Amino acid sequence: MAINNIWVFAQASGGVATTGTLELLTKARSLAGKVTAFVGGDAGAIAASLGEHGATKVYATGDLAGKLPGVALAAAMKSVIDSGDSPDVIMFPQNYEGRDTMARLSVKLNRTVLTNNIDIADTADGVVATTPIFGGNVLVATAFSGQGPHLVSFRPKSFAAESSGGAAPEVVAVAVPDLGKQGAAKVVATHSEKSSGPKLDEAAVVVSGGRGLGEAGNYTLIEDLAKLLKGAPGASRAIVDAGWVPYSYQVGQTGKVVKPSVYIAAGISGATQHMVGMKGSKNIIAINKDKEAPIFGIADLGIVGDVHKVLPKLIEALKARS
Amino acid sequence: MNIVVCVKQIPDPASPGALDASTHALKRDGKLILDESDAYGVEMALQLVASAGSGEVFVVSMAPNGETSGMRTALAMGAVKGLLVSDPALAGSDALTTAKVLAAAVTKLGGADLIIAGTESSDGYTGTVPEQIAECLGLPSVTFAKKVKVDGQVLKVDRQSETGYDEVECSLPAVISVTAGVVEPRYPSFKGIMDAKKKPLDVVTAGDLAVTPAGWAAAGQKIVSVTQAEARKAGTVIEDDGEAFGKIVAFLENLKLI
Repeated sequence: MAINNIWVFAQASGGVATTGTLELLTKARSLAGKVTAFVGGDAGAIAASLGEHGATKVYATGDLAGKLPGVALAAAMKSVIDSGDSPDVIMFPQNYEGRDTMARLSVKLNRTVLTNNIDIADTADGVVATTPIFGGNVLVATAFSGQGPHLVSFRPKSFAAESSGGAAPEVVAVAVPDLGKQGAAKVVATHSEKSSGPKLDEAAVVVSGGRGLGEAGNYTLIEDLAKLLKGAPGASRAIVDAGWVPYSYQVGQTGKVVKPSVYIAAGISGATQHMVGMKGSKNIIAINKDKEAPIFGIADLGIVGDVHKVLPKLIEALKARS
Repeated sequence: MNIVVCVKQIPDPASPGALDASTHALKRDGKLILDESDAYGVEMALQLVASAGSGEVFVVSMAPNGETSGMRTALAMGAVKGLLVSDPALAGSDALTTAKVLAAAVTKLGGADLIIAGTESSDGYTGTVPEQIAECLGLPSVTFAKKVKVDGQVLKVDRQSETGYDEVECSLPAVISVTAGVVEPRYPSFKGIMDAKKKPLDVVTAGDLAVTPAGWAAAGQKIVSVTQAEARKAGTVIEDDGEAFGKIVAFLENLKLI
């Protein structure tokens, strides 16, 4: 099928469109003549940048007043589709709100979902999405069969965000229908973790620690090294689950996807779950006691050694230079 | 308070996964175990029922081959009853069909005050089933819960967000998905394992639940190719002789990062 009309699930953070949104818009405009951004909130501040990246139209729900976005936005999308604007494809980011919205909408529309993708193409087989499995060693291409709208989500950094210099889009207000008891969940307070230094998924250098650190107190080695390299500290799922560091530090399948110039993995064996989130790094340095650790299979420089010995010496050497 | 936990039985993640040559689906013909990420939901349910002072924990699951060993683990932890939907016609089902089947199974058990699932399975990780179950049942939901409390008829959840967490309140009945690490799952005791063998575990078909199975043919998706990704090559691996940190310094220097 030919793709003519694509919607992109658009999000803002701190008053600007998220990088993930702009990545999806850039890909959408290469596939379809008509690209619409669907915003759960006010579109005012971000409409211009959505237009610059390919959206010619924006649907905006206005403030959600504490409703959880998934249930509210799926209902709003369904009402627009019912009123006659039915897209061929809806592209979602692989994050909390994208996942919830596509899940609710899939039931309302009785359509399948394809998640965790890194690419999409319009082919003779139909709309085909590609997802990496087995830690990214195998790529599976899956075609949607049947009628659209096809619901598909993408991992961060699957596409590059590039401006097309597009004009300001038309902004259309969409009301969230009455959700009844399904809308009973309400956000009553919001907590943001303060962090200094570069953001984990944007830093040029990422230093991550894992179980090999031995105990939570040793994570300061990771923070010290990251600071010296003007990078961001990260973590494996194992030490996040163990409560050593907050979830926002997690790199991997269920955490952040990072592609820094240098990724340093200290005391991380390299579970599939972790490697998926960092194997796109330009350079990888790994330090681990076990020379059989899978992380050495993808490291440009592997040190078989004790992180408690290597890291303090490395930190000392870097401090001596600064 | 009665709680239904939706669990998945998966091939042991410790052994390497393989795809079936003809269907390209993950092979599930061996012994299946309780997905580790579902152990958190089972534990959370047991703790909530214990603090409510009354109620029971049930588990539901779907599997094409009648496998129950993973569900027995949940029963050994303390769940009182299981319902497995097993039907060869369900092989190849997509996440939407899975959610319809599990929602029907919850209804068959008489509903619940709270329905708990993991955020995503460790083998397929589609990650939409909990929210799809909520929509099928017409219930509110709170996904990505990292802390859960029930205060009378009000569910109070700390829900993970991109920048931290949100405090969310919701009426019951509701569906929640819980993250790994939300609680520390207990190990089944020897007595628990023995008791679990005698606990009721019903096995029904999709037809028994009046759900139309949508296996390979009706999944709305078809795998068109499976290819090897370009492999990342291993570089230099050296044993630390006490001076290996110097190699890292040189590596960073070479990239002009220091």
